[in-house]
Formats: sequence, structure tokens, C-alpha cells
Amino acid sequence: MRILPREIESLWTLFTAPAVWAVHFLLCYVGVAVYCAKRDLVTFGFGAVRLGIGAATFVALGLIVFSAWLAWRQWGFGMHDPPHDEPSPQDRRHFQGFATLLLCGLSFVAVIYVGLAAVFISECAR
Amino acid sequence: MRTVGEPLPLAERRAQEERLRAVWDNPSGWRYWTSVNNYQVGLWYASAAFGFMLFAGVLGLLIRIQLAVPGNDFLSANAFNQVFTLHGTVMMFLFAVPIFEAVAIFLLPPMLGARELPFPRLGAFGFWSFLLGGVFVCGSIFFDAAPSSGWFMYPPLATGEEGVGADIWLLGLSFIEIASIAAAVELIVGVLKCRAPGMRINLMPLFAWYLLIVAGMILFAFPPLIAGDILFEMERMFDWPFFDASRGGDPLLWQHLFWIFGHPEVYIIFLPAIALMAMIVPTFAQRPIVGYSWIVLAAVGTGFLSFGLWVHHMFTTGLPQISLAFFSAASESVAIPTGVQIFVFIATMLAGRVTFSVPMLFGSGGIAIFVIGGLTGVMVALAPFDWQAHDTYFVVAHLHYVLIGGMLFPVIAGVYYYYPLIDARRLSQRLGRLAFWLMFVGFNIAFFPMHLTGLRGMPRRVFTYPGDLGWDWLNLISTVGAFLFAIGVLVVVTDVLRPKHGRPRGEVNPWNAGTLEWITEPEENWGVRSIPVIESRYPLWDQETLARDVNEGRFLLPDAEEGRREGLVTSVLDARPIQVQRVGGTSCVTIVSAFSLGAVFVALTFHWWLTALACGVAAFSAIVYWLWTGTAEIPEKPEKYAGLGLTLPLYSSGIVSVGWWAMFITMVGDGTAFASLVFGYFFYWTIHSDFTAGLEGPGLVWPLAALLLFAIAWSLMIAARFCNSRAMTRVMRICLISSFLVTCAGSLAGFWGPWSYNMDPTSHVYPAIVWILVIWVLVHAALGAVMQLYCMARSLAGMLTEEHDMDLHNVVLYWHFMLIAAVTAFAVVGLFPLAH
Repeated sequence: MRILPREIESLWTLFTAPAVWAVHFLLCYVGVAVYCAKRDLVTFGFGAVRLGIGAATFVALGLIVFSAWLAWRQWGFGMHDPPHDEPSPQDRRHFQGFATLLLCGLSFVAVIYVGLAAVFISECAR
Repeated sequence: MRTVGEPLPLAERRAQEERLRAVWDNPSGWRYWTSVNNYQVGLWYASAAFGFMLFAGVLGLLIRIQLAVPGNDFLSANAFNQVFTLHGTVMMFLFAVPIFEAVAIFLLPPMLGARELPFPRLGAFGFWSFLLGGVFVCGSIFFDAAPSSGWFMYPPLATGEEGVGADIWLLGLSFIEIASIAAAVELIVGVLKCRAPGMRINLMPLFAWYLLIVAGMILFAFPPLIAGDILFEMERMFDWPFFDASRGGDPLLWQHLFWIFGHPEVYIIFLPAIALMAMIVPTFAQRPIVGYSWIVLAAVGTGFLSFGLWVHHMFTTGLPQISLAFFSAASESVAIPTGVQIFVFIATMLAGRVTFSVPMLFGSGGIAIFVIGGLTGVMVALAPFDWQAHDTYFVVAHLHYVLIGGMLFPVIAGVYYYYPLIDARRLSQRLGRLAFWLMFVGFNIAFFPMHLTGLRGMPRRVFTYPGDLGWDWLNLISTVGAFLFAIGVLVVVTDVLRPKHGRPRGEVNPWNAGTLEWITEPEENWGVRSIPVIESRYPLWDQETLARDVNEGRFLLPDAEEGRREGLVTSVLDARPIQVQRVGGTSCVTIVSAFSLGAVFVALTFHWWLTALACGVAAFSAIVYWLWTGTAEIPEKPEKYAGLGLTLPLYSSGIVSVGWWAMFITMVGDGTAFASLVFGYFFYWTIHSDFTAGLEGPGLVWPLAALLLFAIAWSLMIAARFCNSRAMTRVMRICLISSFLVTCAGSLAGFWGPWSYNMDPTSHVYPAIVWILVIWVLVHAALGAVMQLYCMARSLAGMLTEEHDMDLHNVVLYWHFMLIAAVTAFAVVGLFPLAH
């Protein structure tokens, strides 16, 4: 049994980390919007929502790190420097890996930005 | 595959050229306008968009004249409202977005080494739709009937607007949005499947990367606005209270839907302009771009993050502060990829030896302006600052800095850079420099003071102001600057339009650029003489004999023996050739379809129901005729020799075909619009303690029956495809007809739910939103049923067979999406009220 997935030949892998950011962002936004609109109907407080956001943030960051590892592998573990502009399948793969890795970095930061909101804001104030 | 063919005898080359020329030739006389060639369509598209820009520019000047002095009565309040609404609307919808589509249609095929985009008739259809919709929207102001509630049409002001202005906005622009989605389909499939062989994704021109991302963004950004338009027009036309708070509606839903579209739209406008810069900068630095992968990061990153920004237009609407904080965070993070692009350009310029010619002047001047706009953007992305600056001239200044610096200047740079591709000669360098300085200085004089008028509290959209508030001299300066800026624009227009007989033609690749589009000869309509094999990001720099070999026909598809327009379909990642695709040629069916469909929208605006119906029937017939005669054609032979030892199929179906991808992409957009309506349903649930307001729902039985019937119809379609692939034609036809009948039954069941419970959509928003979801599914079911009959007819006519099953594959794909919509809609309207 493999723990790590095989390398996938697809353009879609490029979008993994930003997609994780998008899902995390939507979950946080929708979760908070519904909670603040319907808080009379539930028994838990805003603290639980913040914990939920924290948990979601950690999961998202974990997924991004995992995706970054796969990208690093696709990039050949950093053994080859950009610009990856040779007309070969190998350079094409290295380019994909490197671009994916960069996107993982951006998404990682963007997820932290979103998660930080829950650190500083402690109620549904309008 | 060999990479280059043997040279051909001259006589044979000439014969090939004659045949190619005849196939790609444009008709003459009035029939010229039936051309679907990407060069003509792209040029018309760009000219029309520039025409609309000049019109909107004049409106902008009218605004500035009115505001030049306090207490001015140059325009009445009503006229002023119409002028500024139309100024914003036209600039955004008729210039900024379409100009990118125009440039893309014009440039993308030669850049990718393709002869054409995969669906040239769709491109032409998009252009004619755009032109008609644009003239309709612009023309309204001459009848004192233009929309007057601001370009984002906030209800309740806009829902209550007198006259047809708001309807013209909603229907005219919906029509244009459909054209944009058509362009997005065309561009995504073009970039992914129609690149020259060997152009792997790591060698793709950056312009293509940007367009791929932008087209993807259109697919998710425009449908929410279409959904919003539907709700809005239902309220205006039939009094369904989606935005009427007294009957459970909420104006904020419009703001959400509008800005889910509106913010990504800013990047949809900005990215293609930056894409032009990504082509221009390496040329003038005479070296490859530094940080190709970083640009890809920036394009993809911006594409995603831009969908997390919409609420920053709504910071003052009273949402929970933590929601604001999420959007503020995303707004700050989008500055990262935006900055990366600027640094990449600077690095490329530093690493090369830059020649500061006119395109570079406009490009770098634009970026300087854009950076200022970006910095004020970072300021207004902070909620507390935005509370102060919201709806003041500070925001007006910010958005003009971003849009004119990030879009107009780079586009003018593009005009100067790419003009030789149109006319084989350059525009005047002297006039170009003059225009640049007039525009650059004029722009800053006009818009910089607006930051100050804004900070001094001047609200946007006021038609006049008293003289003692300290706004008067700032406004006067702005007006002077605006006219200076306009003179600069006029210089550009003069330069483009003036006769240039005195200047010599024949400048191919005058800037010594490295990318493939510079291989094309402006005199010829065939795009590329033969489709080259690409081995570099800058093939004209690195593949020394490329231009000669292409023009000697030594690559792929150098001939048109069968008298058909042909292009190459290649694989997504490595651009391996997989098919020779025959594309549609000159036809007036595109114009007839666009105009009859446009007439439906125009007739609806004025509530001419019978005319709308008649035009609808005409549009439907034209489109069916188009599909029947122009798509899924069975070739006279299964394969064709393409050159370089390659024999490729002429027909394909399923996931490898471009048609399947077009359907998939269209349905993703369609699904997004549907998701926006579902979002509306749950939005109403969140804002009310009892969102049904005690009213009857559609019950449980009928929605679930409809759900079940649609699932059966879908399974029958799967069975039909299976039987067809096993050559069981009769069983396939039985499946198709049964599926059609079950679809009709499912539609009746779906309709009967809300109908039998007397749900009155004008009484409250709950029945209205239920009806909208149900109607959405019913309309799609009707389309699905038409497709089933179409497949049946194709099968009977012998055009849908075991091997030639593209139609059936595409219809089954449609039905996958249909099933998702039916299950979601009926589960939501049937089950959710119970959970509640």
C-alpha cells in the first residue's frame, strides 16, 4: 500500500493549494455568517466558532504543506533551477512542480491571514 | 514525429498557397460582414469596444464640466444621473471586458501557432451580440431613457426606478454577459487544446496563461450577476419581491451577487492588460522574462484570491465584523501576487537593455499609476479606513487609478506594439510620445485631486455642490486635467485612423520580438502558412529558421486539399497532436442568431410579449440550424495526413474532443448561476427567524417525485450512450424517447408542487425563491428534452452512429449537470423546510 500518492500527470494539481484556500475561506465565512445570524438557536458561544476556525485553519495549512511536498517532489526536490524552459516532458514537470510550490506558499500565507481574523475578533459585533 | 519537413518544389508551394488562400479568404461586398475569421472578428470587436470607450469618455467629460464649478446647471440632476450611470456601465461592460475578448480573439491563435480558435462562429456570434447589446444600452441616453441608478444598480433605488432605464441595463447587459461566457469557452478550449505541437505548458506564452486564468474567472464571476439579473428583472417585470424588504426580500442579496461578479471583474480587466505587458517587456528588454513561473503564480493566485474580496465593497452594510475581517485579510493578501508581477517586470527590465519606445512608455507609465491605485487599494481594504472613505471621491480616485493605470495605459501600449500586425507598419513614435505625456500628466491632474476632495468629504454621484466647502478649486483642477487627458486620447485616435499611405509597408516583426504571433503576415488571412513545431518560449529568437520554414510550408497542415478550414487539436500538457479539427467557415447564421436573440431581450424590455416570443422562435430555429449544419459533421474519410509523417483522425468524441470541453465549460458557468440562486434561498433563510413566513411550501411528495423522475431520465441517457456504443441502435432510440417522456413527466411533477399549494410568488420572497429554483430546473429540462429529440433526429438521419457519437456524448454530459441541478433544487425546496 502506498501512503503517498503517485505523481499525477494533470494540469489540475497546479490549483490544489489555492483551492484549499478557497474552501477554507468559504467555510470560515459561511460558518460565521450562519452562526451570527442564527446564534439564538444554538447553545455554543462564539468561542467555539473561533476554535472551529482555528481547527479549519490547521487542517487547511496541513493540506497545503502536503501539497507543497508533492510539488517539491514534482520539482525534483529542488535539484534543478528554473527557468525550466526546455522542450522536454521533464522540464515541463519541473515547471509544474515549481509553480505549484510557489502557489502553495502564497496560499499558506493567505490562509493564515484569514485565520488571524479569529484571533483578534471575539464576538459577532456589527 | 519529424520536426521539420523537406523543402517543396516552388510550383507545389504556390499551389498549396492558392488553395489555403481560397479556403481562408473573406467574402467581398456586404458579405464581408459574415466573416468569422479571428482577424476580422477581433478587429471589429476591438474597434467597437474603442468606439464605446470614446462615447463613455465623452460622458465622463460631461460629468467633469458639470462639476467644474459649484452650483452648476449644465446638466439637470436627472441627466447627470443618466450620464454617470452610463459612463460607468459602458466603460466596464462595453469597453474594459470586451476589449480583452477582442484582443484575445485577435492575438491568441497566432500566438499559439493555431490557424483559428476552435469555435470561430461562436466568436462571431459573441461579437454581434455584444455590438447589438452595446448599441441598445448606449442608445438609451438619446431618448432620455438611460439607466440612472449608478453602474451597480443598487435596489431599492434601482428596483423602483421609473421608466425602462433599469430594464435596459439588466437585459442589455445580460445579453452581453452571455457573449462574454461564449468568449470564455472559446478561449479556455483554445489555450488548452489548440496550441502548436511541442508548445508544452512550460513553453506557453504568458499571455495565454493569463487568458486561461481570466477565462476561468469569467466562468465563475459572470454567472452570479446573471442570476442577480434574473431576480432583479423578475422583481421589476412581475413584482416578485426578491429585494423588497416589506415582503421578506433583502436588497443586500443584490449587493452580494453583484460584487461576487464585480470584484473578480476588476481582475478580469486587469490581468489581460498585464498579460500584454508580459509580452511587451521582454521584447523591449530583448531577453526572456525573468521569473516565468512567478508570473504563473501571480496569475493563478490573483485568479483565486480575487473571489475572496467582494465584501470589501460592502464594509458599511453592517455585516458582522469578523466577516469584514476575512475579506479585509484576503484583500491584503491579493497585494502579494499583484506585487510579484510588478517586480518580475522590473527585474526583466534590469536584466536586459531596455529601449524606451512608445509601448514601453505607456506600459511603465501605466504601472506607475497602477501602483498608486494599488496602494490606496490597500488603504480602503482596511475596514476602519473604508468606513471613512466609502462612497466619497477618494474611492473614485482609487478606482480610476487602478483601472486606467492597470488597464487603459497597457492597452494603448498594446495598440502601439501590435499595430504592425494589422497594417504592417508602425504608428508614429512622435505622436505616441505626445499622446503619452498628455495622457499621463492629464490623468494625474484630473484624478489625484479627487483623493483630496474625497478626504474633504465630497460624496460620489452628487450632481452639484455648494461653493464654501473647499471642494471647488480641486474640482476645477480635475476638470482641466480631464480635458488634457482627453486630448491625449484624441491624439492616439488620430494616429490610428489617419491615412498612412506615405509610410512604407512590410515591416514584419519590427520590434524583433521572440513570440510566435510575429510570424504572421498581415496580408494573409490563414494565420500561419503551416503549423510549426515549437521548442522554445521565444521561438523566433531560438529557432532560427522557424519563420522561413513556416512560410515555406514545411510544417503541419500546409495545404487545404479538401477545401476545408482546418486546425490542429493537441493534448493539454505536452501539446501532442491528436486530431485535425475542421472549423466553421463564413456564415450569416451567426448574425441571424445573435440579432434574433438580441431582439428577444429588446422586446422583453418594452414588454412586447408576442414579439419576444416570435424572435425567440427565430433565434431557436437559427441556433438549431447552426448546430445541425455546422457541428459534429461526419468527415468523408476517417483520417488525414497532416504532414511530418503524422496521420490524424478527423473526428473525435467524448473527453478528447473540443466540443465536449466546450459543453463542460459552459455547464460549469451555468452551474455557477444556479448555485447563486441556491445561495439566495439560504440567504433568505439566514436573515429571517422563519423564512417561510408561515406560508405553504411545495410539499414533499411532488418535489421528490420530480427528483426521482429526473434521476430515471438521466439513467436512461446513460443507457442510451451505452447502447449506442454497442451498436444497439434501436434500443438506444427507445432509451432516448423514454428519457424524453420521463423528462416531461418530471417537469410536470416539479411544476405541480408549488402550483398545487397555491404558492403566490408576489406575496412573499419565500414562494418567489422556490418558484425561481423550480423554473430554473424546468427551463433546463426543456433544453435537455430538445437535446434528446435532436439526438433522435440525428440518429434517424444517419448522423449519429456508433463511431460518430459526439452529439450523444455531449448531451449525456449536459444531463450530468441537469441531474445535479434537479437533485439540488428539489431536495432543497422539498426537504429543507422540514429540517427547519
